Amino acid sequence: MRTICFYLHIHQPVRYREYSVFNVGNDSNYFNDSYHGRQNNERIFKRIAKKSYYPMLELLLETMEKYPNFKLSLSITGTWLEQAKKWEPKLIDMIREMVEMGQAEIVGETYYHSLAFFYNIDEFNDQVRLHEELIEKLFNVRPQVFRNTELAYNDSLAEWADEKGYKGILAEGWDKVLDNQSPNHLYQPVNCGDLKLLLKNYRLSDDIAFRFSDKKWKDWPLTVPKYMKFINDEAKDGNLINLFMDFETFGEHQWKDTGIFKFFTDFVKAWLSEYDNSFVTVSEACEIGRPVGEISMPETVTWADSERDLSAWLSNSMQKSAEEQIYALRGQILDTGDRRLINDWRLLTTSDHPYAMCTKYWNDGDVHAYFSAYSSPYEAFLYFMNIIRDLEYRLSEV
Amino acid sequence: MLGWELPPHNSGGLGVACLNMARALSREGAEIEFVLPYEAKHKNTDFMQVLPATHLDPIYRYGNGAYESMSLNEKVIPTDKNDMISIRDVQKGYCKFVDECVEEFKPEVIHAHDWLTFEAGMEAKKRYNIPLIAHIHATEYDRAGMHAGNPLIHEIEYEGLMMADKIIAVSETTKRIIHEKYHIPLRKIEVVYNSLDESYENSKYHFTEQTHKYLLKLKDEGYTIVSTVGRFTVQKGLKNLMHAAKKVLSKNDKIMFVFAGDGEERNKLIKLAADLGIIKNVIFTWFIRGKKLRDVYSLSDVFVMSSVSEPFGLTALEAAHHGDALILTNQSGVSEIIQSALKYDFWDEEKLANEILAVAENKILKNELQENIKNEYHRISWDQVAEKCLKVYNKTVKHKGI
Repeated sequence: MRTICFYLHIHQPVRYREYSVFNVGNDSNYFNDSYHGRQNNERIFKRIAKKSYYPMLELLLETMEKYPNFKLSLSITGTWLEQAKKWEPKLIDMIREMVEMGQAEIVGETYYHSLAFFYNIDEFNDQVRLHEELIEKLFNVRPQVFRNTELAYNDSLAEWADEKGYKGILAEGWDKVLDNQSPNHLYQPVNCGDLKLLLKNYRLSDDIAFRFSDKKWKDWPLTVPKYMKFINDEAKDGNLINLFMDFETFGEHQWKDTGIFKFFTDFVKAWLSEYDNSFVTVSEACEIGRPVGEISMPETVTWADSERDLSAWLSNSMQKSAEEQIYALRGQILDTGDRRLINDWRLLTTSDHPYAMCTKYWNDGDVHAYFSAYSSPYEAFLYFMNIIRDLEYRLSEV
Repeated sequence: MLGWELPPHNSGGLGVACLNMARALSREGAEIEFVLPYEAKHKNTDFMQVLPATHLDPIYRYGNGAYESMSLNEKVIPTDKNDMISIRDVQKGYCKFVDECVEEFKPEVIHAHDWLTFEAGMEAKKRYNIPLIAHIHATEYDRAGMHAGNPLIHEIEYEGLMMADKIIAVSETTKRIIHEKYHIPLRKIEVVYNSLDESYENSKYHFTEQTHKYLLKLKDEGYTIVSTVGRFTVQKGLKNLMHAAKKVLSKNDKIMFVFAGDGEERNKLIKLAADLGIIKNVIFTWFIRGKKLRDVYSLSDVFVMSSVSEPFGLTALEAAHHGDALILTNQSGVSEIIQSALKYDFWDEEKLANEILAVAENKILKNELQENIKNEYHRISWDQVAEKCLKVYNKTVKHKGI
């Protein structure tokens, strides 16, 4: 038996606007940029909803109706759900329908898509709990499997998840960690009880997520028979294929005219037409058999960039100081009990903010620059620091 | 090559760019005759033949008195007095000489820099069918701060751009202006960015504390030094910078603004600083060059290029060389190739104020900008410039007569 564990991550940050130092102390509106402003969350959300969320969710629902054996897993951040509730509530209904059909499983994570695990474990626990509560409220389910922001994973995170009673946890199947072992098996994290480890097959995942429309790729254009062959080659060593990617792969990163939607439906059809092939959700994947071995990742591994580390978020001094300063305010902020202030502060823990301050590849104008809502990493930092000043001002006024 | 000045007889970036470009071209094997409108000795020009078109002293190359575009018309009016020469007179002499030169040397291609030399270039093209490359370092729109400027200069620019086989613009910004204001098709225009003066990078320079003692003392007292360098004309957007300074100082008065330069807006700027009540934090150095200028760059923490329209903006690269954090308008050509800088639109005084305050008050931001610019500012070399020019030459020579 060969099975695919298909998992999509849905997230949008609440972007802060170009908050001027002259606003500090006068105006604490950090997040609502004017409608045509570069950081207007509503406009961006609605645009992506049209290009990706609606067409892909519709397609997924159709596929589920047509193929009762088709299943997937979704991780959905609190910041995405809040925005969907405000501007495109139908999206949440569509996801709920999939969950009720028993063909979609929701994965646990931090509400604010933050790196809190690396800064403040109490805040991390709070954000995971807040996310869990929201998921239960909206979908009437409790996450069984955990993924951390950007798939940032290490041994101590696994120990945490084991203690919390999760069935499984997701991580990148990075060669340097696997040391010639295949990602296509179920593993057990080191020093853990029952917790299982699911490793992303990044080659097969990235064929779709990154390379699908790349005309310079030797395997372009990617056809279903070609992709089936890639899977068959991979599945010679292990029969659990973990395809993990961003939801926005479908329609936003790969536009409709690349043929990505058609590829998806054709692939599901082709996969299920072969004898003994199946789809599983993440918690089902944790139960398909016994783990084949233990994996240890003492250093943090993520699913980003060629380095697969946290350097896209935390490599330069601007990023580090922004994160350090925001987490340093936690105690004082929570002590106020002011819900608006606490929420504003938490929205600033989202990892997209330090990502926008990344200078690593900035000069080459690559993917980091493409995805940024700000003109430069320096500006992103500047506005963030102005907001911190205002938070401090508000604290002094309490 | 037709130019109007070479260092040390230069008033701005044009002469520096011409010299570096010619030197790099000769390294690539080009033989260059460089025609100037005046007669003078130049050092370090052995690699080419420098030809004086007149016996005039260099100081008369823009006519009798400094050349300012808005007042050119008056000087064009012919005068009976023999001792009065206008820039048009100089250009006439220049044309005549170029004509003789072309007949003698039979160049394969003529590379003409800015409107000053365009008429001579066009004549040669008409009479001898030699391909003409028009190189735009600045248009009249730039010089006039995007106002109309002088109609005669526009006409000469327009004619030259039309007649040219190919146009080289120093930035995408300039390319856009040539397309939008002079209606030249985009495919006729190539962008070739400038680089930092080679002798600037190679020459020995040591910062001396004596030059600007007062500034150094302020710095020791914790002041942030923000400087700008350039001619005081509308083009440079200095009024906006002054208004931004007012905003900055309302939040933090430990910031000193240094305006290095001189020009027609001098008195207006002094009055503005006084009217805004910030004259205490504004220093005018007037026109400085050489070591004095480099000492200002060295002392500064931040360099602002506030231009309303800046075809390239060499001073930003000089400031970067001395380790300043850069703040550039989006309307400057140099901002197209520099990523490690803060940017703003020239009219956005509040954003500029924000950026100055952020760099002044946040060491981390300042250090990141200063460190990262070091790896960036010399990414374009004059050899790359020469290669691109040669490509343009070869294309035009090949298509000659078609």
